[in-house]
Amino acid sequence: MTVTVERGESSPEKLLAPVLSSFWDESQSWTMETYLRHDGYEGMRRALAMAPDDVIALVKDSGLRGRGGAGFPTGMKWQFIPQGDGKPHYLVVNADESEPGTCKDIPLLFANPHALIEGMVIACHAIRSQHAFIYLRGEVVPVLRRLHEAVREAYEAGYLGKADARRQKLGLADLPDLEITVHAGAGAYICGEETALLDSLEGRRGQPRLRPPFPAVAGLYACPTVVNNVESIASVPAILTKGNEWFRSMGSEKSPGFTLYSLSGHVAAPGQYEGPLGITLRQLLDMSGGIRPGHRLKFWTPGGSSTPLLTEEHLDVPLDYEGVGAAGSMLGTKALQCFDETTCVVRAVTRWTEFYAHESCGKCTPCREGTYWLVQLLRDIEAGKGRMEDLAKLADIADNINGKSFCALGDGAASPIFSSLKYFKEEYEQHITGGGCPFDPAKSTVWADDPSSTHLGVTA
Amino acid sequence: MTDVQLGMPQLPAPDYPAEVRARLEADAEEVIARYPDSRSALLPLLHLVQSEEGHVTRTGVRFCAEVLGLTTAEVTAVATFYTMYRRKPSGDYQVGVCTNTLCAVMGGDAIFEALQRHLGVGNGETTEDGKITLEHIECNAACDYAPVVMVNWEFFDNQTVDSAERMVDDLRAGRTVEPTRGAPLCTFKETARILAGFPDARPGAVEASGSAGPASLVGLRLAKGEAAPGRVVSPRSADFPPDEQASGRVAEEGE
Repeated sequence: MTVTVERGESSPEKLLAPVLSSFWDESQSWTMETYLRHDGYEGMRRALAMAPDDVIALVKDSGLRGRGGAGFPTGMKWQFIPQGDGKPHYLVVNADESEPGTCKDIPLLFANPHALIEGMVIACHAIRSQHAFIYLRGEVVPVLRRLHEAVREAYEAGYLGKADARRQKLGLADLPDLEITVHAGAGAYICGEETALLDSLEGRRGQPRLRPPFPAVAGLYACPTVVNNVESIASVPAILTKGNEWFRSMGSEKSPGFTLYSLSGHVAAPGQYEGPLGITLRQLLDMSGGIRPGHRLKFWTPGGSSTPLLTEEHLDVPLDYEGVGAAGSMLGTKALQCFDETTCVVRAVTRWTEFYAHESCGKCTPCREGTYWLVQLLRDIEAGKGRMEDLAKLADIADNINGKSFCALGDGAASPIFSSLKYFKEEYEQHITGGGCPFDPAKSTVWADDPSSTHLGVTA
Repeated sequence: MTDVQLGMPQLPAPDYPAEVRARLEADAEEVIARYPDSRSALLPLLHLVQSEEGHVTRTGVRFCAEVLGLTTAEVTAVATFYTMYRRKPSGDYQVGVCTNTLCAVMGGDAIFEALQRHLGVGNGETTEDGKITLEHIECNAACDYAPVVMVNWEFFDNQTVDSAERMVDDLRAGRTVEPTRGAPLCTFKETARILAGFPDARPGAVEASGSAGPASLVGLRLAKGEAAPGRVVSPRSADFPPDEQASGRVAEEGE
């Protein structure tokens, strides 16, 4: 299966491989000065000395796949951009990280924004783009500050800006203009969907577009556009610097490389764990102290709330694209949200479904109406007012959303319904026969097991 | 519940006073210049008019429409789609408690209920002193710091009922409040200006709160052999107590 991740191995030094996160513990890790001390912009220099098509070929050969959820090969996305078409080409970075559970791009951009900027310079060279955008969700002002600063530093260094200044500073004869615009969104989960993001970036309501045409042909302003996730682009500089052999030494044949796993919920040590693709949740838990003391894992998501739930029986599933797919879910964003036995699955799914109903853009009927009715049924069940036939109705509505909606938001909304009914149907039935929720939400809180913990932090 | 406001704003909307208009036009010109197509500037311009009045007024909508050559209906359609644009006057500090599944389960629901009681306001409502608007928010990409509270879109990580109540008390008393990740709080209007694309000019704002939060470093520390496996990382561990420092200082000031 995997090349570097050995079954049974539990030593973090051997299992983890910090690349993007390797110097986040330094003071001022976000600055150009720190980044340059860690091979920063070395990959850019190599890429700019290469022909654009060679850069595309290199990234394609590396096997790098999109880290935003779908896992589409990054180099292939770049290759789809038509060349010599006389139109402007655009690179748009999707930094609208909003999928429930997903929390990798935000800490990455906070601690190491230059990895993204460098990756963007490389990608723009490859696809012959002179204007790139970072679409950052608006609700993360600390990250926006550091992106503003990182872009300012990159202009100052001549990595960005007018052709003359770039040529002079970089000592290369043939560089075009390159602009990066940092764009703050305004609160809408749907804008993480790439075509909705493009509409939003054009100053419209963020609603998905019908495909085809795909963004590579008619994207931003109807021009050829690459839309890539933050982590995908930020992974490119290391590939240029260290090479494909190094990159492919991690992960598996079809899922090579390193990635950020985000562990959260009822675990002893929530946080970011960067390692080769194919690590298992059991290995991550073993090295980090496991589930919080005295409790056991009940259910988890491999990649955010839109990826079907998994349970304890899936602890040894390799967390790569193929492994999680074979287990009936998706790798998604590697957002490993872990819930212990104190958590009511009906409550969890109801809350996610309320989220999807709130965030449904309203463009297509299955998603707009379906998520609304799912919420009504789930609230009734959670409150003990449900009927047994509601369970079949839930599954039926989810089936009418899944695959029949305009975009993947609908499929995402159906995932927790299907998977929770598959693994926890009895718990739904208990709510109905017992006339209410058998769980005490107070027991799920972080402070539940420590009577003094509500006073922690009071130093006065 | 969602505050549904149907109907178009009353027309014609009044214009800004001349000097305000001139100042905003200069800002708008700078924003528009960042894009190949002027309409792309609409989201930042809505943040900009929000930085002027604290919410998107019909005057703000008219301004955006005029500088971009759109109708007020087109601008209103966009302004009402996105949750960050406020449609009524609100407080200096927007306190958003994450109640998406993970944060809710970990304590976000309890924090949100407690703050409603403590402040005497419901979701989307503002305290009488005009200081705080309380709302529940969706996942803010900080699940490894759950439960999370955002104030003017700065991170307050690993919150408890007590820490959140103390924080809103400090805000209402006018004491300096520092997030666990982010810069010392500015007002909602000042935050909106940063969102419009004008970098925070306050000295130290970019550096504030250090390189990365403690949870962001857990894997790195393990990989470097710095932390023993099995160690339970307390959200209030002595290594990273920025909000404790803040509260400690506040207590000193308060006494």
